[in-house]
Amino acid sequence: MTSRIGIDVGGTNTDAVVLDDGDRIVARAKRPTSPDVTEGLRQALTAVLDELGERAGEVRRVMLGTTHATNAILERRALGRVAAIRLGAPATTSIPPLTGWPADLRNAVAAGTALVRGGNFVDGRAIAPLDTDAIRRFLHGTPADAVAVTGVFSPAGDEQEKRVAEIVKEELGDTVTVSLSHEIGSLGLVERENATVLNAALYGVARDVTAALRQVLAERGLDVEPFFAQNDGTLMAVDYAARYPVLTIGSGPANSLRGAAFLSGVSDAIVADVGGTSTDLGVLVGGFPRESAAAVEIGGVTTNFRMPDILAIALGGGTVVGDGVGPRSVGYRITAEALAFGGRTPTMTDAAVAAGRGRVGTHPVAASEALARAVRIADEMVSDAVDRVALGKADRPLIAVGGGAFLLPARVPGASEVVRPGHADVANAVGAAIALASGRFDTIAPAGAGRSAAIERAKEEAAARAVAAGADPVKVEIVELAEVPLSYLPEPAVRVHVKAAGPLQQ
Amino acid sequence: MQASRFITLDDIAPLARGCAVLGTGGGGDVRSGALAAGRAIGEHGEVPLVTLSDLQPDALVVPLSGIGAPTVSHEMIHAAEEPGRIAEEIERIFGRPPTAIMSSEIGGGNGVAPVTWAASLGLPLLDADGMGRAFPEVQMVSMYVAGLPAGLLIMTDVVGNVTTIRPVDGLWAEQIARAVCVAAGSSALMADYVLTAEQARGAVIEGTVSRAMAIGRATEDAADPLGALVAELAATRLIGGKITDVDRRTTGGFVRGTVTVEGVGADRGRTLSLEIQNENLVALEDGLVRAMVPDLITVVDTQAATAVQTEGLRYGQRVTVLAWPCDPLWRTPAGLATAGPRAFGYDLDYIPVEDLS
Repeated sequence: MTSRIGIDVGGTNTDAVVLDDGDRIVARAKRPTSPDVTEGLRQALTAVLDELGERAGEVRRVMLGTTHATNAILERRALGRVAAIRLGAPATTSIPPLTGWPADLRNAVAAGTALVRGGNFVDGRAIAPLDTDAIRRFLHGTPADAVAVTGVFSPAGDEQEKRVAEIVKEELGDTVTVSLSHEIGSLGLVERENATVLNAALYGVARDVTAALRQVLAERGLDVEPFFAQNDGTLMAVDYAARYPVLTIGSGPANSLRGAAFLSGVSDAIVADVGGTSTDLGVLVGGFPRESAAAVEIGGVTTNFRMPDILAIALGGGTVVGDGVGPRSVGYRITAEALAFGGRTPTMTDAAVAAGRGRVGTHPVAASEALARAVRIADEMVSDAVDRVALGKADRPLIAVGGGAFLLPARVPGASEVVRPGHADVANAVGAAIALASGRFDTIAPAGAGRSAAIERAKEEAAARAVAAGADPVKVEIVELAEVPLSYLPEPAVRVHVKAAGPLQQ
Repeated sequence: MQASRFITLDDIAPLARGCAVLGTGGGGDVRSGALAAGRAIGEHGEVPLVTLSDLQPDALVVPLSGIGAPTVSHEMIHAAEEPGRIAEEIERIFGRPPTAIMSSEIGGGNGVAPVTWAASLGLPLLDADGMGRAFPEVQMVSMYVAGLPAGLLIMTDVVGNVTTIRPVDGLWAEQIARAVCVAAGSSALMADYVLTAEQARGAVIEGTVSRAMAIGRATEDAADPLGALVAELAATRLIGGKITDVDRRTTGGFVRGTVTVEGVGADRGRTLSLEIQNENLVALEDGLVRAMVPDLITVVDTQAATAVQTEGLRYGQRVTVLAWPCDPLWRTPAGLATAGPRAFGYDLDYIPVEDLS
């Protein structure tokens, strides 16, 4: 027998589960998330290993979904110094690199910026020949931990960015790591550049988490392979995650969606993850989270890498019932403050208990008009949110997961049924444990002749990236292919987005 | 020349919000423009905002706009030197430097970007524009409607090419400008109808920069942003509801579509359908027109009262559709011939929005 561990670091709790060969849950633990994240991770991991006892030796893999990267950016802590190079002059000079960044984040991250001649037009012509001398001079005058390279229209033509990676290697050897924007994000220069610079700043954080995880495993005498969860609900092998740490941001909601799919056996559904202060709603399409096209702001910086399309509403187990419902929550103090735990603050947990939806707590809760009204308001909030994320399709089930799943009613308008799988309170950790490895690729293709060939190339690139992330080359499949027509262009063109995924190589 | 006031860093966010509202669903994204404008003010200082009466009669006013594909200008951002090259060319042609910059199109990104251009040239911005809203084509400007000769178009691009066009009329101006823009990589900066302050009287739509800022300020920190916006615009609330269908068709490079909004709350039981191209053009209820171009129709988020662009419209959004009168210039026979419903392919006789409600 072999087994694997899934860990998800959440805002409140760090959850860990162990799955055996047959995908059965054989151990589970919930520990408070520590301010440094690593200690809570160690606690949760230690707890499941203790529970496994002698069978701990059967663990072969650890899959980790963590907030280390997000926290590092939000707290401006442990970030690397980045030399940011943009290839685009004489174009793009009206918005130089890192414009609009909060000053403290910019100070923490920027070793220097350069806007050199290079980049492409939309039709593939070069804006200017790559100014390799300027790049070499900049690299020597700008000591940094990492280099971020962003070329105009690089998602449609990556040669210049790759050339710069070679130059960095020629000049500085392997001492610094290079982030190339075409590997990080899609069209939208400023947003892609921001994501690329953040990625470069996170290399050290990725190394530290990997080292911490390996240390805990070594202390237990375990020789296992770590993987990191990324924001589309799939996994990355350690050396891949080391190159794309920014992709770990947003892995929590993605894990919870994937875990819900696995636990319920339903691959097309709406998922509601009910926590202490909020409920996250997302949509599963073919077992994967539906992604948002909107720009994502991280630590005050706008980025454009794809994230799960999540609608959060202020409704959770700790949400305070007053004249209305929320948005205030007692949060982790629920076990002291809620009526069901002998406290004095009426919460949504109490309202659900009074309505007979669950048996929670240590004290009985008397029914009241205020609590009954709160349940009606909350049900309305949920059905309204379900309708918003469902985009008009009312025939899919709603999978209820998270510690507060019992808050949800037995029937929700807009959903065919409400499914409540077992182990729903650790769905996120389960999601990390069962994930596939994936690769994504975004490009622009002509809409007429050449379209098919361009799409085939995009599929090959996505599949190659999935294999690099750890997928079995024989079992990789294209799981998503989207074409969006571009307006106002002389030659009709489409934006192509491809995603490939497959099980981890044995 | 005496400036009435200055555009400061604090004005950029309200200006961008207001320009998005005046974009009637089109005009391009305001975010890049706001980023560049904030930086330009930081580098070059605050931008004087002047009125026509602040200018000498022979002062040269330069209407500027970015043209091309929004996807391209979001990736291949403008060069900082572009406005300078246009100004040099104007001085070469007219024998004197330009006095003020004007936005050709206040709606959307082209309403915000002129702050950057004015700041980098050290010139004031004229509190006026050529549309009072957003329109998709080069000839759909007040200067064309007012009958000013389309004598001169100056274009420049990211690499530094400068193209001067002397078209025979506004329609040719559109065709040649498009071709130049494509050669330049589908993004260019264009000066169209360079005019004197004297010529500008009656040929530009005045007060639109302050109006955009006032619209943006009205919703800032308002307890009821939607109510504040409706009051500021003196708009007709066509419907408050939920988007239940977005049907998009791409024809000839332009995205056309129909958006259905079903009423909620006080509007329950009513349905509004909105005909969109790059902008929101016609609003219908029960087969009857409630508002039509050139009057302004904007879809806003019901909670935040922020404008939703046509490409951002999605099923399930809670929106309110607002309509309000366009500038009187668009209601003249020449204005309606240029940008009335028939100019967009709708076989409708124009009726002002205030007569339809």
